[in-house]
Amino acid sequence: MKIIVCIKQVPDTTSVRMDPETLTLIREGVPSIINPFDAYAIEEGLRLKEKHGGTVTVITMGPPQAASALREAIALGVDEGVHLCDAAFKGSDTLATSYVLAQGIRKLGAFDLILCGKQASDGDTAQVGPGIAVQLDLPQAICVRKIVEVQDGRLTVERSMEEGYDLVETPLPALLTVTKEINEPRLPSLKGKMRAKKAALRTMSAAEMDADPARIGLDGSPTWVEKVFPPPQRGAGRMLQGEPEEQVGQLLDEIEKLKLG
Amino acid sequence: MNYFLTEEQQFIKEIAATVAREKILPVRAELDEAQEFPWEIVKVLADSNLFGVYIGEEYGGTGGGVLDLCIAVEELSRVCGGISLCLAATALGTFPLLLFGSEEQKKKYLPAIAAGKRLVAFALTESGAGSDAGAIQATARKDGDSYVLNGTKQWITNGGEAEIYTVVAMTDKSRGSRGASAFIVEKGTPGFDFGKKENKLGIRASATRELVFQDCRIPAGNLLGREGQGFIVAMKTFDASRPGVAAQAVGIAQGALDEAASYARQREQFGKPIISFQGVQFMLADMAIKIEAARSLVYAVARAIDGGEKRISKESAMAKVFASDTAMQVTVDAVQILGGYGYMKEYPVEKMMRDAKITQIYEGTNQIQRTIIASQMVKELAGKKD
Repeated sequence: MKIIVCIKQVPDTTSVRMDPETLTLIREGVPSIINPFDAYAIEEGLRLKEKHGGTVTVITMGPPQAASALREAIALGVDEGVHLCDAAFKGSDTLATSYVLAQGIRKLGAFDLILCGKQASDGDTAQVGPGIAVQLDLPQAICVRKIVEVQDGRLTVERSMEEGYDLVETPLPALLTVTKEINEPRLPSLKGKMRAKKAALRTMSAAEMDADPARIGLDGSPTWVEKVFPPPQRGAGRMLQGEPEEQVGQLLDEIEKLKLG
Repeated sequence: MNYFLTEEQQFIKEIAATVAREKILPVRAELDEAQEFPWEIVKVLADSNLFGVYIGEEYGGTGGGVLDLCIAVEELSRVCGGISLCLAATALGTFPLLLFGSEEQKKKYLPAIAAGKRLVAFALTESGAGSDAGAIQATARKDGDSYVLNGTKQWITNGGEAEIYTVVAMTDKSRGSRGASAFIVEKGTPGFDFGKKENKLGIRASATRELVFQDCRIPAGNLLGREGQGFIVAMKTFDASRPGVAAQAVGIAQGALDEAASYARQREQFGKPIISFQGVQFMLADMAIKIEAARSLVYAVARAIDGGEKRISKESAMAKVFASDTAMQVTVDAVQILGGYGYMKEYPVEKMMRDAKITQIYEGTNQIQRTIIASQMVKELAGKKD
């Protein structure tokens, strides 16, 4: 099977601190990691390769430092890393990002399956995976919690729903986004890390991918981030005392004060 | 402090620290309480390639040496000094093979050891022969193209769990200290059995058992080195393995210091964190000084061994004594700093104190180490070469 896994490098949110004065995230010195959901996608790709043979290629759109995420993936056992890197990609929203990744994937030749993490821990939109599927005109299943069977060019998966799951069957090639229920990601090995250090990554610029300038970066983004702010602090509540009739009276007074009625 | 590790050694440190944090930390208390062997951790360490860090690439290892082993053992021991022994004691048992094995023996056994598929144990100690290793009674009688082993070994780390044992037994009692030989014995060989698992104060996730040999027949090809070299094999093995025990001790001490310092920042008494008090600060400073000194000595000895230095017994003994004494002092102080909480099993430092104690005892008691150091000094002063 030829498997492609899309990954994103994100800040390690467990070690992020807030600047108490500006109430914004302090980004300097925050270590970067592979997006947690993507780690599960990589693991699933590696397990499919171990079971069915083939290769796993990892692809990312990101600034130069995102190359370290590709090397982390190679240290886990991934065969090849592809880095879509161009200043023109900066400012891309999920639509532009989906387009760029789809274009990059087109350059990789035939494949059987694309795996993505359900969502990125910094954006949390869960839009890019489905976006890529649409760009490439692929059947997709999102929030997959288990791959049940791969046989004769068809895939059967369990797709998580609010209550329980659906059993979904799809022809290959297809795209899946996966949840954390799907597996337990492995840790990098020493030999893997040594191999990753020496690995040659494939880098592609916008031009090398034949990317349409109007569809990438800020120009290609119909949406943009207007403002980032922490949610307002919830004020301390007030417990009403007394008999129910008294409490109702107090509550009505409060509602009138707020001029809601 | 920057120890100028190579990039590969840095990787080893990171990987060991990750395994310790993600896989060992959640289970250490439970495995300690139940005295359960950490087979799941063995699998993770094997997949991480940590079992081969001191074994050559031609045998499936990553081609590092004693320092690489020490780095891995220290990081694992920071989180659990008992679980780290599945690796450290395997290395102890493997050194006889690395130092004295024939090419054929190495090719046969090392790949599975480097892959973490088979654990190893070293067997010298007997009930009547601890510090006085020369008093061992176990025998190996040559019989055709076999040796027949008889006798009992005591307190063998990894005993019963390991598949490969490097055993020292007497082949010729009349030759005294030149009458012992070293052998490879595999678990499952008829006549090779195990006693009960010992119930220990500390390192309880490590398995310690008696080995019983009753007319145990092994191929003559399992002899390591030459007949009569048994005690040389043991001494050279210990020269290489002492830094590993010392690294275990440094790791335990560092873990204890980290806990104590973190606690002292949070615990408030008399209106401030207790780390504000000089009494506590002086304790922490002394703990940190000893650990730093111990680590530097361990690394220096490890580097010397890896650099090919053969006359290293004295310094190797020094590293073991100093690091283990440090671990004992630091862990006792860590319990003290945590006060009542330090005494409770819900907090990790009481276990660290229990784990530290053995490092002063095994692989040569600290009293024997001092004997080694002093006798080496006497030799040097008398102008003799060893």
